[in-house]
Amino acid sequence: MPQTAVADSDTGLTLKELAHRHGLSSAGALPSFPAYTRQLWSYRHFISSYANAKVTSSLGKTRLGSLWQVLTPLINAGVYLVIFGVLLKTHRNMDNFIAYLCIGVFLFGFTQSVTQAGVQSITSNLGLIRALHFPRACLPIAVVLVELRNMMAAMAVLMVIVVGTGEPITWQWLLIPPVLLLQALFNAGMATAGARLGAKLTDIRQLVPFVMRIWLYGSAVLYPVSFFAERLSGWKLALVEANPLLVYIELMRHALMEKVELANPPAVLWAQAAGWALVVGIGGFVYFWRGEKGYGRG
Amino acid sequence: MADPTGERVPTVIVDDAHVVYRVHGSGSPGSGTPVASFKRLVTGTKQAAVREVHAIKGVSFVAYRGEAIGLIGSNGSGKSTLLRAIAGLLPVQSGAIYAAGQPSLLGVNAALMNDLPGERNVVLGCLAMGMTPADVKAKTADIIEFSGINERGDFSSLPMRTYSSGMAARLRFSIAAAKEHDVLLIDEALATGDAKFRRRSEQRVRDLRKEAGTVFLVSHSEQSIRDTCERSIWLESGLIRGDGPTEQVLKEYEAYMRK
Repeated sequence: MPQTAVADSDTGLTLKELAHRHGLSSAGALPSFPAYTRQLWSYRHFISSYANAKVTSSLGKTRLGSLWQVLTPLINAGVYLVIFGVLLKTHRNMDNFIAYLCIGVFLFGFTQSVTQAGVQSITSNLGLIRALHFPRACLPIAVVLVELRNMMAAMAVLMVIVVGTGEPITWQWLLIPPVLLLQALFNAGMATAGARLGAKLTDIRQLVPFVMRIWLYGSAVLYPVSFFAERLSGWKLALVEANPLLVYIELMRHALMEKVELANPPAVLWAQAAGWALVVGIGGFVYFWRGEKGYGRG
Repeated sequence: MADPTGERVPTVIVDDAHVVYRVHGSGSPGSGTPVASFKRLVTGTKQAAVREVHAIKGVSFVAYRGEAIGLIGSNGSGKSTLLRAIAGLLPVQSGAIYAAGQPSLLGVNAALMNDLPGERNVVLGCLAMGMTPADVKAKTADIIEFSGINERGDFSSLPMRTYSSGMAARLRFSIAAAKEHDVLLIDEALATGDAKFRRRSEQRVRDLRKEAGTVFLVSHSEQSIRDTCERSIWLESGLIRGDGPTEQVLKEYEAYMRK
């Protein structure tokens, strides 16, 4: 089979040369990274209204509607409290185990739901991808926005729980938005990287729940963080303590609670949190952009 | 295909394009058991759950400014796939497709969100086509008016899942037709809706043609191809069987279909 057919019998130009001469661009050409980012920015209104639409349509059929944004985290915290606080008593001599547990559960849930939805964000929207033109990164980023919105509702619940269990409101609470922002950036990286992986290897979706469960146990959500230092040492301890989710959860506990054990001093935690957000956030986005033109294939 | 004068400006160049779909989970009988999956892994045979459909098998042509080209062929011959590949929505396996600007696909199967009211789908669809919020605001009322979904009461505020298939198709066409395009790809769009809406949409397509450089039309209605296109390309199982003036190609096509 010939590589290119001859288009013009007089000049003998191949189709490729003809396209070049008239400045036609290849439909499958990957836009440059700055151009792609600019394009994505110009679609910001689409991203936000798509995220809103997703929230409305997922809760639209339930009777309680958006009340579920508050109920879901409450029930979630309640389940863990019964198992780990009442039945297993993992807290032993901790001061405020309820607040400690809820902060962990809520922050972990943020990354968990973004990752799960992100992995499916391409495969479950193939119809939209094959019909309309838009930077595909809109889809995983909309997932992050949806979950960020749910997280805001969860944070309101969390603050009530924290104050209700006897923690004072301090200036430290001002650190809540930066922690959430860094975690959201980290999550955006997880969603974009997950979206490309999920589009290529549809089997990934089956593995995500198990990965997330191991991650849950490695993030000191359900037991005191000193648990690791007592049992692990050397590189194993360093590995567990560098875990980005542990870092975000620790920072949030530091912001909301008075007396809480931390694995590292706050300054180290902040550096780790920013580092993870930048590396995973930008890395995931670049990885997603590299695959931009292949997402319609399925 | 070649143009001896060399004066005409090409807008779409398709150069030996192949399009391959990958279909996951087309479970054939007996392949669904864990033992069968394990056997495939061990013996290294290609996974039966993933099947490749070679929809376009090496198509080449050049479309010039001002042309309206009809794509004809029997069901499953690759017409819609070719349009999607030109629009850049489906990647080509090998070969290349070049286009002036961004070709836009005007399809009746553009996916929208069924749980949302028609009105919000209009906004979402327009934003997805890259309009600014101000443009969208100005055009929303016109789009709903044009689609005529409010002729039987206030349907635009009801979720799209309550619409009849004709109403949903009319709304989708109206959204897609709200924008002006360089290269316009129309997929069976004229076949939707009742006679009244068809007249209105045909008029809209003629208006769009005036603004667009090149128009591609996929249709099973020979009449609408004859009315709008002077050139036709006949596709059969992913290959071009005929390319030339509409009358001539349609004659060959009719002879083939009668067999």
